Amino acid sequence: MAPRLEVRSVGIKLQNKDVVQNVSFQLEPGCIASILGPSGCGKTTLLRALAGFQPVSSGEIHVHARLFSKAQFTLSPEKRHISMMFQDLALFPHLTVKQNIGFGLKSLDPGEKRARTRQVLELTELEHKGDKYPHQLSTGQQQRVALARALAPRPEILLLDEPFSNLDPDLREQVATGVRKILKHENVTAVLVTHDQNEAFAMADEIGVMVKGRMEQWDSAYSIYHRPKTRFVADFIGLGSMIPAKVLDAHTLNTEFGKIRGDLDPSFASGEEVDLLVRPDDIPHDDSSPITALVEEKRFRGAEFLYKLRLQSGNFVLCYASSHHDHQIGEPIGIKFDLEHLVVFAREPALSRGKQS
Amino acid sequence: MPGFIQRIRQQKSDLGWLICTVGAALLLSIPVVTVLYSITLPANDIWSHLWSTVLADYALNSFVLAAGVCIGTSLIGITTAWLCSACTFPGRKIFSWTLLLPLAFPPYIIAYTYTGMLDFAGPVQTAMRSVFGWEYGDYWFPEIRSITGAIIMISLVLYPYVYLLLRTAFSEQSSSLREASHMFGVGSYRTLFTIILPMARPALVAGLTLVVMETLADYGTVHYFGVPTFTTGILRTWFGLGDRVAATQLASLLLLCVFAVILAERYMRKAVHHQNPTKVQKSWRYPLTGIKAIAAVLICSLPVFLGFIIPSVQLGAWAMKTAPEIVDSSFFTLIFNTLQLTVIVTGIIIVAATVLAYGKRVGTHFSIPYTVNISAMGYAVPGVIIAVGVLLPFAWLDNALDAWLQQHFKISSGLILTGTLASLAFAHVVRFMAIGLNSVDASLAKIHRSIDDAAQLLGRKTFERFASIHLPMIRGGILTAALLVFVEVTKELPATLVLRPFDFNTLAVRTYELASDERLADAACSALLIVAISVLPILILNRSIVQSGVIHGAQT
Repeated sequence: MAPRLEVRSVGIKLQNKDVVQNVSFQLEPGCIASILGPSGCGKTTLLRALAGFQPVSSGEIHVHARLFSKAQFTLSPEKRHISMMFQDLALFPHLTVKQNIGFGLKSLDPGEKRARTRQVLELTELEHKGDKYPHQLSTGQQQRVALARALAPRPEILLLDEPFSNLDPDLREQVATGVRKILKHENVTAVLVTHDQNEAFAMADEIGVMVKGRMEQWDSAYSIYHRPKTRFVADFIGLGSMIPAKVLDAHTLNTEFGKIRGDLDPSFASGEEVDLLVRPDDIPHDDSSPITALVEEKRFRGAEFLYKLRLQSGNFVLCYASSHHDHQIGEPIGIKFDLEHLVVFAREPALSRGKQS
Repeated sequence: MPGFIQRIRQQKSDLGWLICTVGAALLLSIPVVTVLYSITLPANDIWSHLWSTVLADYALNSFVLAAGVCIGTSLIGITTAWLCSACTFPGRKIFSWTLLLPLAFPPYIIAYTYTGMLDFAGPVQTAMRSVFGWEYGDYWFPEIRSITGAIIMISLVLYPYVYLLLRTAFSEQSSSLREASHMFGVGSYRTLFTIILPMARPALVAGLTLVVMETLADYGTVHYFGVPTFTTGILRTWFGLGDRVAATQLASLLLLCVFAVILAERYMRKAVHHQNPTKVQKSWRYPLTGIKAIAAVLICSLPVFLGFIIPSVQLGAWAMKTAPEIVDSSFFTLIFNTLQLTVIVTGIIIVAATVLAYGKRVGTHFSIPYTVNISAMGYAVPGVIIAVGVLLPFAWLDNALDAWLQQHFKISSGLILTGTLASLAFAHVVRFMAIGLNSVDASLAKIHRSIDDAAQLLGRKTFERFASIHLPMIRGGILTAALLVFVEVTKELPATLVLRPFDFNTLAVRTYELASDERLADAACSALLIVAISVLPILILNRSIVQSGVIHGAQT
């Protein structure tokens, strides 16, 4: 079976500037993907190209094996059967909730239209709000109306453009999880664009990280965090730091914590100097450990402290510790070294020097 | 050329919009182009006669008038706007909208009214004579029919432009700026002149630009007061001396002055880039008490009384006296004629403005916004100039058509354009298109683009989107536009005076005729009706400004 969405080496130019370059990925039906990247990386432009608002300058976009976009051809948005949930929701203020939801159902007969409207109202728990106007609802309810309106016509693909950015940060993950449940129930194929990794982690089956118009990595959320393929992805996703290491053989690294075993990319030769990614969860705090490091900075996060520690070599690592372990700045604390994945990058002299200073 | 085919395809959908906007721009710029074209014609004897005799007078008087009105409107506008937005005193809320009422008086009507009140037989001098026992010649009384009188009259009805724009600017300034200034130990007067006014300069300049344009466009007041300016000079040259070319050349001089004013405003606005704090909190105001509060009430009530209440009462008194003989079938014909003209003009403007504004929104060709702006240019052009610019080409067309029909079909078409409402309606459309366009454009601009995108993704084409989404959402803006145009057409004097078909009188023209014949009391009925109609949009204007903080969705 052909994939639901196939993006083949798409490039997009805005005012003769390459905004998106050579991006490829494909989605199976029912899959939720998230395109994650800093602002200005081209992720919204790519989303608008999927919707048909933005022509592509090279490459092709196929939906269900049907050509939607290529250079000099753009199937117009109203013919794509794609829905979108907008950042500002874009609810029609002069229409009631029911009319908003029914707006995309003009091809159905009235009975079917009513049934489908009722169905998505129930799905989004808005049964009693059908006759209200958008401005009479809370932000969360408006959000659900926008979702219901986008889902009602059973779109081939649902696009979500940072739809949770106007919610409180602590609400976002909760709402994202709720939306994911609804999308999975309807078996919708969806693409979410966001700069918030927690949102992406809460929603998506697959995550693509974009930077400067290029897709750096397309992978599962777990792999994006634990097996980043580029320095940028390692840096952008989660916290962490780099410490210098030396390749001994295909399965062994020598670090200041001693020899570490794991699988290494075969492209690294024995004896090569590399940088090793160390996440805070790789460094458990243990008062009985013989290895100690000095507290350089600390941040209180409620349930835990995030410590920035100075190793004896002068390199820094981050470490989460339960907030019962309140240590002073300058105090040595015991740590362990518990690395499961070896994520290694070729040494970048300027960068690693920067990390050490 | 790889992008070429795509460009053609993109532009094909734009072609319709391009034709509409370019067509409208070409049509609506006919008067201005005609007037500017006259510069290239060779100057004749009359022109050199004008040049050596009256031209300097025209220029000087127009300049003194504009400068004087600027000073007058600034004095009234700044003080009242400051009091109403930065202080609290009894009646502030009432003053904040009643201060707009003088705008309902066209300058020529307030000029007639005060002339009637202040002349020798008027109520003021009569009362002075009976109180003091004076006879004619015993006392000196200022002559209102002078350039000073004209400055005062025009200032009294135009200051609301300055007041309104400054009030809005002041209330958009965060009061934390004033608080910050006071924290540094600066008093309230110095704060006004060092912080508040400099920050509001773009608004002041914009207000004064409107004032200057209205002043330069005024014909009724200066003609009645016998002050020779460009506008009276143009019509005198046209009708009195019968020289159309010289009149048009005179008009082009005035037009260049108007363009200079607009360019100056643009330049001054560009030079200022103030950053306003994004979130405006509820304003903190200076509480005024005691003598200061009384002074504030007096300062604010003076312009309302002089500019609205006193002339209204006088007009009312005259109207009561003369109504029995004035209000007859001919008076209703006046109303009918006025309605006929306003309805035609308003209808054309609303439809055209909606098409142009929507074309500007959905059309992607780079030139569309510029061409739409050209269509709105007429508002800066004085009515007299538009009249001259319409009459020349339309008369030529009429004659050409008639000659052609005579020659080939032996029938006469008569004056199809200049002999009917066509040229008059066209001139009004040119003059007031900008009002409709700005209002519709502003309400369209309030609709976020994502609404269009959402409707398109839900399967609606360009015109379906307009009918189902935009039209219901801009209904209020369209109604406001219609009302504003309706009122402006009702008030308009000089273009109507020149272009009306034979025996076609409107309320404004009849008022002017009666007043010119010194039948001031007889003019009161039609004048009062014009003022009453003009009050309506002021009330609505004020309400929409007060409500502008409310979210758009709440309108439904």
